[in-house]
Amino acid sequence: MSLAGHYTYWVTIFLMIAGLYIVIARGNLVKKLIGLGIFQTSVYLLYIAPGKLIGGTAPILAATFNTYSNPLPHVLILTAIVVGVATLALGLAIVVRIREAYDSIEEDEILDKDSAGDEGQ
Amino acid sequence: MIAENLPALQVVVPLLAAPLMVLVRRRTFAWLLAVAVSWTALAIALALAFKVREAGVISYAMGSWPPPWGIEYRVDALNSFVLVLVSLVASVVMPYARTSVAAELPRDQHYLFFSMLTLCLAGLLGIAITGDAFNLFVFLEISSLSAYVLVGLGRDRRALLAAYQYLVLGTIGATFYIIGVGLLYLMTGTLNIADLALRLRDVHEMRPVLAALAFITAGIGLKLALFPLHFWLPNAYTYAPSAVTAFLAASATKVSVYVLLRYYFLVFGIPLVFGRLPMAEVLIGLSVLAVVSASLVAVYQRDLKRLFAYSSVAQIGYITLGMGLANEPGLTGAVVHLFNHGITKGAIFMLLGGVSLRVGSTSLERIAGLGKTMPLTAFGIVIGGMSLIGIPGTAGFISKWYLILGAIAHGYWWLAALIVASSLIAVAYVWRFVEVAYFRAPAPAAAGLAEAPVSMLIPAWIMVAGCVYFGLDTGYTLDGARLAAQVLLSSVR
Amino acid sequence: MTRDLVLRVLGKLLIPFVLLFALYVQFHGDFGPGGGFQAGVIAAAAVIFYAIIFGLPAARRFAPDWLIESMVALGVLVYGGVGVFGVLLGGNFLDYFVLAHNTVHGQERGIFWVEVGVAITVSGVMLKVFYMFAGRQRDRDEE
Repeated sequence: MSLAGHYTYWVTIFLMIAGLYIVIARGNLVKKLIGLGIFQTSVYLLYIAPGKLIGGTAPILAATFNTYSNPLPHVLILTAIVVGVATLALGLAIVVRIREAYDSIEEDEILDKDSAGDEGQ
Repeated sequence: MIAENLPALQVVVPLLAAPLMVLVRRRTFAWLLAVAVSWTALAIALALAFKVREAGVISYAMGSWPPPWGIEYRVDALNSFVLVLVSLVASVVMPYARTSVAAELPRDQHYLFFSMLTLCLAGLLGIAITGDAFNLFVFLEISSLSAYVLVGLGRDRRALLAAYQYLVLGTIGATFYIIGVGLLYLMTGTLNIADLALRLRDVHEMRPVLAALAFITAGIGLKLALFPLHFWLPNAYTYAPSAVTAFLAASATKVSVYVLLRYYFLVFGIPLVFGRLPMAEVLIGLSVLAVVSASLVAVYQRDLKRLFAYSSVAQIGYITLGMGLANEPGLTGAVVHLFNHGITKGAIFMLLGGVSLRVGSTSLERIAGLGKTMPLTAFGIVIGGMSLIGIPGTAGFISKWYLILGAIAHGYWWLAALIVASSLIAVAYVWRFVEVAYFRAPAPAAAGLAEAPVSMLIPAWIMVAGCVYFGLDTGYTLDGARLAAQVLLSSVR
Repeated sequence: MTRDLVLRVLGKLLIPFVLLFALYVQFHGDFGPGGGFQAGVIAAAAVIFYAIIFGLPAARRFAPDWLIESMVALGVLVYGGVGVFGVLLGGNFLDYFVLAHNTVHGQERGIFWVEVGVAITVSGVMLKVFYMFAGRQRDRDEE
C-alpha cells in the first residue's frame, strides 16, 4: 500500500510525537498534562483505526450484513479512555494542590522555591 | 467452590475491600479490613504456589469465556512467586501502617489511605496474575494511579511535585506499554499472552514486532526505574509517607520487572530478544551503569530515605543484570533478588518510618547517635544494610552469589569482579549510616528520644528477621526462583 | 450565583428531562447505543448543570458529599457483587451464564446489573471530580 493509504498511522504518529514533545518541552504543569492527554489520545487512534473495515457494520448478526468491523478495539479503548480521564483528573488535582502549596504552576519557579527552602534550613 | 476460584479471589478480595472501606468511612474498620485482606491474599498466594508446584500451570477463565477469547488468569511458577512476594510485603506493611499513618496523615484521611493502599495491592496482584496483555495494562494503571495518590499524601509539599513527576512519567510508561500491545495485537489479533507467544512465531521477524518490543521495553523500563529512566523514583520514595515507601519499594518495581521478564522470555522469546537483537548487551550495560552510578550517588546523599532510594535503583540494576545474562543461574539470581531485595528494602524503609516518627526527619545530621537512642531500629537498619551489601548470612548474599555464577557461566569474569566491586560502594553508603548512628554522640536535643512504637517495630523486625532467615534457609526462595527461571527458559527447549 | 431568569427557568424545566434521558440511555443500552457510562455521565451532567445555575451549595444540598463518595464505592461493589454472585451459583467469577435458567437470559441479567453498577460509579466519580475542583477555594476559605 502507498504511504497515503496509511494516513491514519501518520496522524497517529504526529499526535504521539506532538503530545510527547509538549510533555517534555513545556514547563507549565497544566500544559504538560494537556500534552499527556494528546499523547494518550494518539493511542486511541492507533487501536481504533485498524479495527474499521470500509463498508463494515457493527457486529450484530443480521441477514442483510456480512461484513463486520472489529468491535474489540472499541471496548479496549473505552477502558483506556476511562483510565485517561482518571489520570487527567488526578493530575489536575495534584496541580491544584501544588498551586496552593507553591503559589505557582511553572516547573522552574517551583524548583527555585524548593532549592531556596533547602538553603534556608 | 473457593478452591477453584482462588485465582480470581486473589485479586477480587482486595479489589472489593477497597470500596467497602470508603462506604463504611471508619478508620479502625478500614485498617482491620486492610490487615485481614492482606493476610487473606497471602494465604491465597501460598495456596496457589502450592497448587502450582503440585499440579503445574493453573488457568482460570474469567466469566467462563474460554481463553484466548476471554480474559485468562494464569498462574505458573514465575508469577506465583511474585504473588507471594507482593502479598507477603502487604501483610507485614498493613499492620505497621496504622501507627505510622496516624502520625503522618490527618485523621479524616485514614480510611481513604487504607482504601488506596488496598487498591494498589489489588492492582499489583492483578498485574502478576493476569494472562491478558490489555488486562495487565488496566491493573498497571490501577496500581499506578493509587500509588500516585499515596505518594502525594506525604507531609512535605515536595511530595506533591514528586507525585506529579511520577504521574507524568508513569503515564508515559503505561502508554508506551499499550502502544506496544496495540502493535502486537495488530500483528497477531490476540491479546492473550500465551496465545500471543504462539502466534508471534510466524511474524516475529517483522518490523512492527520489533517496534512493539522497543515500546514495551521503554514503557516497562520507566515503571521499573531501569537506569536511565529512574528519575521519578528517588523523589517519590523520599517524600511519600513511610508506610507507602516501604510498600512501593518492596513490591511495585518488582512487579514491573516481572512484566518485563514475561515479555522478553515468554512472549518475544529468547531467539528474538537475545539472539537477533542485542538486548543482552543493552540490559547488561544499563544495569552496570545503574549499579555503579546509583550506588555512587547514594554515597553522597544527606537524607537516609533518599540514600536508600538511590540504592533501590542500584539494586534494580542487579535484577536486570541477571535478566540480561539470560542463563539459569543468572535468572535464578534475578528472581530471587526480586524477593530478597523486596524484603530488605521493606525492612529498611519500615525502620526509617520509625526514625522519621521519633526524630521528625531522616536526614543524616539529625540521627547522630541513633545507635544509643533507638538501638533496635539502628541495629535493624544495619542488618538490612548488610543484606544490601550481600554479606554472607543475609538474603542479599544469595542473590549476588547466583548473579556471579551467572556471569561466570557466560565467561564474563570482568562482570563477576564488577558485581563484587560494586558491593564495596554499598559498603560505603551503609557505612555512612553506621558512622553517624554509632560513632557520634547524640545531639543534646535527642536526649529524650524513645524507641519506635512497638506496633511499628514488630512488623519491621519480622522483615529484618526475614533478611537473615532467607539468607540461611534458602529452601523456599531458591527453589521457587529456580523453577521460575526454568519456566522462563522453557521456551527455548 | 447568577440572577439570569431565562437560565433559571429553563434549567428547572430541562433538568428533570436530562435525568430522565439518563435513565433512557441506561435501559436502552440493551438494544442500542447506551449503557452505564453514558447514563452516569448524563445524570452527573444534570447535577453539574444545576450547580452551575443555582450555585454549588444548592447542588450539595441535593447531592451531599457523603452520598457522592458512597456512590463511587457502591457502584464498584454492585459490579463486583455480580461477579461474586456468579461464584456463589457455582460458576467462575463474573460468570453470567449461571445467573438465569438459560445462558442468554443469564448474560442479559448479568450485564444489566453490571451496567447499574457502572452508572452509579461513573456519576459518582464525575460529581466528585466536579465538587472537588469547584469547591476547592471555598472549602479552604472556610477552614
